[in-house]
Amino acid sequence: MSGSDAAIHLLFLTAAACFVLGLHLMNSPATARRGNLLSAAGMVLAVATTVGMLARDGVITVTGLIVLIAGTAAGAGIGLYAARTARMTAMPQLVSVFNAVGGGAAALVAFADVVRLGGAAGLAHASAQTTVASGLDVLVGAVTFSGSLIAAGKLQGVVSGAPVVFRGARPLNVTLAAVALGGVIAIIAGHGGTIVLAVVAAAALGFGVTMVLPIGGADMPVVISLLNAFTGTAVAMAGFVLDNRLLIIAGALVGASGTILTLLMARAMNRSVAAIIVGGFGTGDTAGTAGSAAAAPVRALAADDAALQLAYASKVIIVPGYGLAAARAQHELVELAGLLEQHGVDVCYAIHPVAGRMPGHMNVLLAEAHVPYPQMKELADVNPEFAQADVALVVGANDVTNPAARHPGSPISGMPILDVDHARSVIVIKRSMGHGYAGIDNELYTDPKTGMFFSDAKTGLAALAAAVGTLVH
Amino acid sequence: MAETLVTDLTVLVLSLLVGFEVISKVPSTLHTPLMSGTNSIHGVVVVGAMLVAASAHTPLGYGLAFFAAVFAAMNVVGGFVVTDRMLEMFRNRPHAHSVQDLPTAEPAGRTSARSDLS
Repeated sequence: MSGSDAAIHLLFLTAAACFVLGLHLMNSPATARRGNLLSAAGMVLAVATTVGMLARDGVITVTGLIVLIAGTAAGAGIGLYAARTARMTAMPQLVSVFNAVGGGAAALVAFADVVRLGGAAGLAHASAQTTVASGLDVLVGAVTFSGSLIAAGKLQGVVSGAPVVFRGARPLNVTLAAVALGGVIAIIAGHGGTIVLAVVAAAALGFGVTMVLPIGGADMPVVISLLNAFTGTAVAMAGFVLDNRLLIIAGALVGASGTILTLLMARAMNRSVAAIIVGGFGTGDTAGTAGSAAAAPVRALAADDAALQLAYASKVIIVPGYGLAAARAQHELVELAGLLEQHGVDVCYAIHPVAGRMPGHMNVLLAEAHVPYPQMKELADVNPEFAQADVALVVGANDVTNPAARHPGSPISGMPILDVDHARSVIVIKRSMGHGYAGIDNELYTDPKTGMFFSDAKTGLAALAAAVGTLVH
Repeated sequence: MAETLVTDLTVLVLSLLVGFEVISKVPSTLHTPLMSGTNSIHGVVVVGAMLVAASAHTPLGYGLAFFAAVFAAMNVVGGFVVTDRMLEMFRNRPHAHSVQDLPTAEPAGRTSARSDLS
């Protein structure tokens, strides 16, 4: 190993250390921003080191240089524009798109390396490391690319959020998977070149589409976490192809993160990852339970009554759900909370892990509306506090508050829920008695201490804030 | 088994273990920025795009390298910028809750005024 080789390895090692420390600083909101900047510094170092390496070797052609600079400038411009202009409610789809292009880039890198080797003839002499990694990288990267784009389309509403199932979808899915895997095996066995790899890529792109289409919009937190783990795997594979350890380390870190988030989300939704990928939540039994909706009486509240309860409470716990995000009502909610706090009411927010469309999404939306993060409480921390709360205000959350999860015999049995029914009284802001994602009745709504304030989240919260305003001034 | 493969596998396994250890300490409040941040870290594939652009010598190779560079640069730049935008909002502002700074469309100047309080 020459001196400059060693220097390059050490600089890459420093970049990798920046990534790990940057992620470590994410363990507290106070240091997280510094952590992200440290990771970015590691990235700048990695790119600068690569530039130095290319300059030293002098192998890049003029065309290659132009291609590289033009491509990087175009990509950076698009990324910067999208990152600056996207709304916070649109974060899940933006993260999905960035995930898609990362996976796509990893697949293209492996493909380009096979082209450089000269296709089939080159691959026949390549090491097992190259063939296995190239095949898997193209496979996983392509699945991630198309799968993440479909997920982003569902989150944006371009593709139907409902599970899309068509005749022959399952056999098509299996065929595509078999073709892609068969192609990878052929490449590993030394019988394939560029054309076989292109077939693998095409089949994997198709598989990504057919994998995500049948998955419902509410399962998206799990799906985008899983696709995030896939991209990490693809990038680590690209590291094996190019024998670049920085890519292996970074890919492994992302793979670990995506895996942890996938498992956390699946557990919070009371579902196995396999069940989500195979698709359909209670698709067989929703029709049966829908008929019994109007059985038990509910108590409807007017804005003035709800405002009275809130204004004369000493402790209020707010439970925001996806309905709040969908109505973009976080600012109205925080305005109401601000009025109550001015009046001396203790206010905090109880956030279920799957509130929103990606892990932690609700926290970002509340942070955007200037809620201090110590007021946002996690499920385990806030559940004991409900017993001391005078009012629990549920806005746009449904299944995660359903006490039915505590006893067997319900599709959500065993799901971790917020103990909203332990509060002295409950106010639910909801448009109608419609069902949540699980398609079952919420026992909370028929509880005698629950008042239903039927309204859209945005107008309902504005009305409540106005009513509270007249009471406290 | 080749020596580089053994070393690469060692690095992979140890990095996975470090990843599990570090990530499991991130609170759920920060899971969205965490995902967005790890997303930008896998943008390190831009290094791979640079390496394949340097070794390309056919039109197909150049084409693949071009799109790899576009995708990877978009991933890395967009990822870091959007993560920073999110994390900037996570502040501990105990008294920022007064009514006057709650309206949705607030003038840009007030944001900086409030950050002095925190």
